[in-house]
Amino acid sequence: MEKSSGLIFEKSSRGRKAFSLPEAAMPETEIESLIPGKYLRKNLRFPEISELDIVRHFTHLASKNFNVDGNFYPLGSCTMKYNPKVNEDIASMEKFRDIHPMFPEKYVQGILSLLKEMEEMLCRITAMDAFCLYPAAGAHGEFLGMLLIRAYHERKGKIRKKIIVPDSSHGTNPSSVHMAGYEVVSIASDKNGEVDLEALESALDEEVAAFMMTNPNTLGLFESKILEIAEKVHSRGALLYYDGANLNPLLGICRPGDMGFDVVHLNLHKTFSTPHGGGGPGSGPVGVKKHLVPFLPVPVIEEKDGGLILNRQKPQSVGSIKSFFGNVGVIIKAYSYIKALGDEGLKRTGKLSVLNANYLKQKLKGSYHLPFDKTCMHEFVLSAKKQLDSGIHAVDIAKGLIDRGIHPPTVYFPMIVEEAIMIEPTETESKNTLDEFVNTMKEIAGLAAKTPEILKKAPIKMSVKRLDEVQAARVLDVCWNFEKPEDEGQEDG
Amino acid sequence: MDYVPHSEADISSILKEMNIGDIEDLYSSVPEKIKIKSRRLERGLSEFELKALIRKKAEKNLAVTEIKSFMGGGAYEHFIPAVVDHIAMKPEFYTAYTPYQPEASQGALQVIYEYQSLICELTGMDASNASLYDGATAAAEAALMSINKDGPGDVLISAAVNPEYVEVIKTYLKGTKGRILMVPSPEGVTSVEFLKGLSAKKPVCFIFQSPNYYGCIEDVENLSEIAHSFAALSIAIVNPVSLGVLKSPGSMGADIVVGEGQPLGIPLSYGGPYLGFMAVKKKFIRKLPGRIVGRTTDKEGNPGFVLTLQTREQHIRREKANSNICSNQALMALRATVFMTYMGKEGMKTLAEANINNSHYLSKSIEKTGKAHLKFKRPFFNEFVLEFKKPANLVFDKFVNKNMFPGILLKGEMDKRILCCVTETKTKADLDGFIEIIKDL
Repeated sequence: MEKSSGLIFEKSSRGRKAFSLPEAAMPETEIESLIPGKYLRKNLRFPEISELDIVRHFTHLASKNFNVDGNFYPLGSCTMKYNPKVNEDIASMEKFRDIHPMFPEKYVQGILSLLKEMEEMLCRITAMDAFCLYPAAGAHGEFLGMLLIRAYHERKGKIRKKIIVPDSSHGTNPSSVHMAGYEVVSIASDKNGEVDLEALESALDEEVAAFMMTNPNTLGLFESKILEIAEKVHSRGALLYYDGANLNPLLGICRPGDMGFDVVHLNLHKTFSTPHGGGGPGSGPVGVKKHLVPFLPVPVIEEKDGGLILNRQKPQSVGSIKSFFGNVGVIIKAYSYIKALGDEGLKRTGKLSVLNANYLKQKLKGSYHLPFDKTCMHEFVLSAKKQLDSGIHAVDIAKGLIDRGIHPPTVYFPMIVEEAIMIEPTETESKNTLDEFVNTMKEIAGLAAKTPEILKKAPIKMSVKRLDEVQAARVLDVCWNFEKPEDEGQEDG
Repeated sequence: MDYVPHSEADISSILKEMNIGDIEDLYSSVPEKIKIKSRRLERGLSEFELKALIRKKAEKNLAVTEIKSFMGGGAYEHFIPAVVDHIAMKPEFYTAYTPYQPEASQGALQVIYEYQSLICELTGMDASNASLYDGATAAAEAALMSINKDGPGDVLISAAVNPEYVEVIKTYLKGTKGRILMVPSPEGVTSVEFLKGLSAKKPVCFIFQSPNYYGCIEDVENLSEIAHSFAALSIAIVNPVSLGVLKSPGSMGADIVVGEGQPLGIPLSYGGPYLGFMAVKKKFIRKLPGRIVGRTTDKEGNPGFVLTLQTREQHIRREKANSNICSNQALMALRATVFMTYMGKEGMKTLAEANINNSHYLSKSIEKTGKAHLKFKRPFFNEFVLEFKKPANLVFDKFVNKNMFPGILLKGEMDKRILCCVTETKTKADLDGFIEIIKDL
């Protein structure tokens, strides 16, 4: 692969340009006659580049990215499934893409009805009573969920102080709890990798507002005692929160609302196939049971006189959590996905994600340590413990995979597993891809045992070798140095 | 239809190899009682049927291409170069995930580094994060930063800040002991006298917007100085397009600059996905929420990029993290990067000037008619408040009849005001059409 691309700033050359803009209404008027000089800037050191050079620059950068279209991407907990192309086409239709969010309701009935129907479909998929589509990501949904729980308890007279979170939870969980002003109580998992009922029992006191959990949990295991957990939590007046990051395997099988969850958030960019965009935009809708409906954010889409309106008159609402109505462009893609799949497709999706994961687990457990050897859901966690003897860590295995064209699984998470390697193949990968992955993982296990020094050097086929993250944090370089004299080395020779 | 590749033969062969009879056997840990027993949704659609269904829904929407819209108020209709769409539609960018594995993500990482650099130059700051959800949540995160730093405290907000932003900040502060105090803006900009009078409250920050919700340009330098005089952080919310000609807030004393990046090549999309940006002065880098990309070298000394200062973040620090943000708006940051590169040094200026030029042509022409006037006579960018003699909703309907939305109806003041936005997307003929309607009022 080609080495450094050079920064866009290094490709600038004075006087070049790409832009073209329409003529203004008063072409002869100078800006200084309209805006006082004291407000005007003297210089903006942006690059000057032609259109083709811009296209080349970004096309070259694109070639340096692993991506679902090009590579197997078994990144645990992220559900990197195929992103259907038709959904991209649909979301970029002019009559969705070019609507101003302040247009009066009667001119946007199409999008409002799509959003309303999406809320209803998500209710049916999860067994909740109402949904809010506005959170822009899973963590944003968690934060909203915590605020809803707070509002619920406040209404009952006391907000309570604590939220319980398992030690295997996503980092966003405790962080969202903290942001909402609650104290985090972390409980350890039991020897089977599930919630320890006794630990939960002893942590559940009058100050606990909710128990926040992921099911299947981050070890990929279904919490088999979920009904007892729900009963215990509710008996203390606390609520049960569902982190929907791992909903995929349960599609068409069972629903969080039926398990006893009061609040759920979903990740449309995981379970419902919208592309991850290199780190967003996502969408993290929040669903609630009846007793929490009055607290949902405003505006609420409601029917009135045969049409849909945006109702902001909700006195108990927690308020606004984002401008306008969430990441609508993302929601449209997830809506299309659910419409295409229907009941049968969703069920097949859930089931095949579980079959694929169990198949990989069974094939790999001979070569790698498997801390929890039981049937998993959509993902499972291996450990590089066996490989430690020859000095090979999870990170070395990850880098070895990169050289073989496979995006590494999630490593070092969950934190309760030493040298964790968390694998989520998703349902959209074929048996051939899984078999190739198994062979590659076995080849790497072989290298780790026999010639670890080769693996330590990986990756060698990328545009860069292993990068120095310690140096990056110590000698911070997070912005191009614009101070360089403009003429220095930037003009064509 | 689904997107599962397995044939029945594939499934049988996997099951056989695993020595199990049925996939459902893998769900033995799920209590029988909660298993789904009946249909919940309609049957799945073919791609052809799906598109037909969606087209039907789309027909019930009105696009800005079908009407002359003068609406702004936090979301802006701007020209989007074809280059932006084409690059953002590259699957190498849009089907990737957060660049946790730097060697397999140099493209995404370099884009973010370039984005951070452009945002810093535009705002006059030292460091930018990789993005936040939108302008409103960026403002809220900035408020949380100042509270995290100094414990409970008062957050001052100018009443000329976009009301949606104020609402979001209020929601974000619910889990803190922070208290919001509004600083009035009766003349269209923040009242300096009132702001000075609040010094006794020992606020942790002062949040203002320039150009503000009413379009007026605030005296950022003076406001920052006053904030600093009572040891509060100066937090400026800005429109990035305006910074093509306006002085950067960083050069005028702001400590944190946030804003809505949507005007930088991001479609209106009925309110999202947009792009929250945040940039800070050096001393606050470690307080920044979200991802940051840094430049480093590999073991052979070649330059490369990584996510850096990750110990601020939730996946390492859990409840002690600066923020819970994980997924941000990376693809939107890519759009903004391509947009800013396409415009470049001259284009950003020309674009901002075209907005000022057009908006001033319209406002001056309206004043001449005597049928409406500018509520605030102050320097403005591309938005201004029009005050009419009659109720604004009646005025609005007259425009609708001529296939125009004249702006956003503002609440209060007898409801006679409209917030009007003019960008480079309106021609002189469009503006003359607007003026004709005003003349007929």
